[in-house]
Amino acid sequence: MSLHAAPFPLKVVPVTKFAIRDHETVPEHILLTPEEADGVLKAFGITAPQLPKIHVADPAAKEIGAKVGDIIKVVRKSTTARQSIFYRLVID
Amino acid sequence: MTVPKRIGKIRFGLISPQEFRKMSVVKIITADTYDDDGFPIEMGLMDPRLGVIDPGLRCRSCGGRPGECPGHFGHIDLIAPVIHVGFAKLIRKVLRGICRDCSRLMLKDGEKKMYLGQIQELERLGQMTDDTVNKVFAEARKNKTCPYCGAPQQEIKFERPLSYIEEGHKLTASDIRDRFEKIPDEDISVMGMNPATARPEWIILTVLPVPPVTMRPSITLESGQRSEDDLTHKLVDIIRINQRFQENREAGAPQLIIEDLWELLQYHVTTFLDNTVSGVPPARHRSGRPLKTLSQRLKGKEGRFRGSLSGKRVNFSARTVISPDPNLSIGEVGVPMDIAMELSVPMIANVRNMEIVKTFVRRGPDRHPGVNYVTRPDQRRVKVTDKNCEEVAEQIDVGWKIDRQLSDGDIVLFNRQPSLHRMSIMSHRVKVMPYKTFRLNPAVCPPYNADFDGDEMNMHVPQTEEARAEAEILMRVQENILSPRFGGPIIGGIHDYVTGSFLLTHGSKPIDRRGVMELLKKFDISELPEPAGYAEGKPYWTGKQVFSLILPRGLNLSFKADFCYNCDVCKGTDCENDAYVVIEDGKLLQGTIDAEAVGAFKGKITDRIIKEYSPSVASEFLDRMTRLALRGIMHAGFSFGIDDEDIPKAAVDQIEETTRTAREKSQQLIEAYNAGELEPLPGRTLDETLEMRIMQTLGKARDTAGKIAGRHLGLDNSGVVMAVSGARGSMLNLTQMAACVGQQSVRGERIMRGYAGRTLPHFRKGDLGAEAHGFVESSYKDGLNPTEFFFHAIGGREGLVDTAIRTSQSGYLQRRLVNALQDLEVKYDGTVKETRGMIVQFQYGEDGVDASRRDYASGDNVKRIIKSVLQKRPEESA
Repeated sequence: MSLHAAPFPLKVVPVTKFAIRDHETVPEHILLTPEEADGVLKAFGITAPQLPKIHVADPAAKEIGAKVGDIIKVVRKSTTARQSIFYRLVID
Repeated sequence: MTVPKRIGKIRFGLISPQEFRKMSVVKIITADTYDDDGFPIEMGLMDPRLGVIDPGLRCRSCGGRPGECPGHFGHIDLIAPVIHVGFAKLIRKVLRGICRDCSRLMLKDGEKKMYLGQIQELERLGQMTDDTVNKVFAEARKNKTCPYCGAPQQEIKFERPLSYIEEGHKLTASDIRDRFEKIPDEDISVMGMNPATARPEWIILTVLPVPPVTMRPSITLESGQRSEDDLTHKLVDIIRINQRFQENREAGAPQLIIEDLWELLQYHVTTFLDNTVSGVPPARHRSGRPLKTLSQRLKGKEGRFRGSLSGKRVNFSARTVISPDPNLSIGEVGVPMDIAMELSVPMIANVRNMEIVKTFVRRGPDRHPGVNYVTRPDQRRVKVTDKNCEEVAEQIDVGWKIDRQLSDGDIVLFNRQPSLHRMSIMSHRVKVMPYKTFRLNPAVCPPYNADFDGDEMNMHVPQTEEARAEAEILMRVQENILSPRFGGPIIGGIHDYVTGSFLLTHGSKPIDRRGVMELLKKFDISELPEPAGYAEGKPYWTGKQVFSLILPRGLNLSFKADFCYNCDVCKGTDCENDAYVVIEDGKLLQGTIDAEAVGAFKGKITDRIIKEYSPSVASEFLDRMTRLALRGIMHAGFSFGIDDEDIPKAAVDQIEETTRTAREKSQQLIEAYNAGELEPLPGRTLDETLEMRIMQTLGKARDTAGKIAGRHLGLDNSGVVMAVSGARGSMLNLTQMAACVGQQSVRGERIMRGYAGRTLPHFRKGDLGAEAHGFVESSYKDGLNPTEFFFHAIGGREGLVDTAIRTSQSGYLQRRLVNALQDLEVKYDGTVKETRGMIVQFQYGEDGVDASRRDYASGDNVKRIIKSVLQKRPEESA
């Protein structure tokens, strides 16, 4: 048997756009309402520019329709704390 | 008082000749410094307008006294332009990118627009423009004729360090400057420069700034002779050549001479800026020492940035060799008398301590603890001497400050480099001692990574109440027993402490009254527990009982000891090896105390005590443990020598048999390989398979040999006691000494390097056998034969090289990491922020937990808590 022949028939899968949100390595991104965003800023006693940033063209940000100036809540799985919550300011 | 100012922004650019002149207070025209009377010559290099360094004089520019006046720049008008070395590469790029005739950047208008757009976008995003700019120059260079004036372009050759050759002629600095001057502003922007702040022609110097005298002070030697700074020397050279150049040119000297002088001027300016340019011989002092010029002042480890701004030197510190003293507490440090009498702690006299202060002063500087200096309320310092001490003591009044010599109980910071983690600097209490070394308890060696083969350590004496409070609360040894790295104790028994604990507590050997008394000599224990039994009418105790005496009451704990054999099914409390430790109410009921219980990095007992009692109790426990363990090892008696690895003849024969069969087996594999009968392993070539199989066979042979040797080395063997208790060494080390050293390797493979087709001339070409590729059949005790010895040296060298490379690489990595993280701070709300208040983490480490304060949540803890609650009940009801 030739080394290059696959031992099973190869299936050609058409390249389609898939839902980024469903991917297991993409953490959950939640767009905050202006009120929620204010609440977050108040809770940490900071101004929006002091938050970590996310680019408006970031695939996950695009997916949830975030605009520049919005705040996104990122809920990540954490090995030490089950989940860890980050807030990110959308920039361009 | 100056008003604190905040830096709004910093802009980098080039300084134009006009600006150099504007900021200059004086034009320097003469190379002389001082006249015969020792006064600075006007318009000379030490012109009084450049600032003052001599005490008592005032600056002629700003009127400030030395220390107040920051100094002012002057300038030298260069007769002919010279190149700034720092920009040699940029000049080359620009020269090649612009037309030699019309000086326009040789790109079409459309391209220029595109690149300019890219550069502006990058600048807006705050990113590096280097790549785009390099692309601009690379593209522009490709044009053989100018797209604007059509002039054909010539290749410009760059010759290090500073020659640009076009058509075989060297371009002079003037030529280059002329070309650069003609570049239009739009083109400069495309080259990534801002025409307002950095015009390319400013790279070619026509005016040289003369640094103020404050940054090149001259020093007066004892003989009254003045010695000038390296920079001044260099400036003298520049001015002299500049003058000679001018004279020659005005006199109409031949072109050849002019060129030589120009070259010389270029050399002096170059070395003034940077004296380590390759291709330029470094300018030297009369003594032959290379001059330290501008660039050398800034560069490198001892330069201005790393040496003076990031790193500082301190007073009130001491450094000497360290040596061990197990009788000190882990929180103490033995300080030599000589050091204690030199270092001091400030003390301010007030109504309450007046008599104490006076007693100190009366003792003078030579009787410890005395006083070295007193400071009067008007800040005048008076040195206390043997002669004036009585007199000074009488003068002391409220508000006087005395520098009291370091004495017992003072808190000091103790440090060993490299300071890789926070436990590298801890605060200790002083214990003044004779002789000349710092003394410390060996149990604190692990956090400092110290040993006593000549290590030196530093000590710092905090001078303010705030610093002392901080040292006492945050930095004491007790507070640092638990490492924030893994949440376990980093301080604990090492080497003999572990061996001693093991020998004392293993099994239940009877110890008579005298023995117990000897063990407890150093402790203030007045009552002995009930004897474990009586032999010949005399009472005896066990080591476990003695060890229990130093455990705090109410401690409950059970765990597997370090020397646990990891049986398939753990019998727990029924362990027949005495490897399961049970402590109840501070009594060691069974099990052996070894590294797992009290050792550094493990220390289950230490850990439990810190978490259930307090760090101070744990420190007390460690102090007692170190003393008891040493008494324990002395009681049992302990020694180790090469004879301890003797094994019976029968075992030696057996081991020989094992290695012989292994050799034969690998020979069979080779034969099978040669005959083509060897089956390759999946994913491996035939060669790789053979190698793996041989390595496997030989590895197994060594293990078997080790096992055979191990059967004859029991717990009565000192080496085994050390290996098994976790004090030092491993069973593998013992195996190598007693039975067989095993396969030597380079990069995880058998040794293959050497001559063509063989490792050493002792073997046939292509020999794949065990001996030919570094299998060492002998033991260290037997000794290695010459080929084995050579292979062993190869393997050993690899280890050395690896450690050398690892330390240098990890050191650099550490430096970069620390530089990046040093300003981060965990705030009171648990967030991690940097100095601008930008959030890095919303919750420290995602869970907000300090690793050294957590108790690993395991089922064990629940059981223990229930037990402790149930135990307390009857007491409360009673």
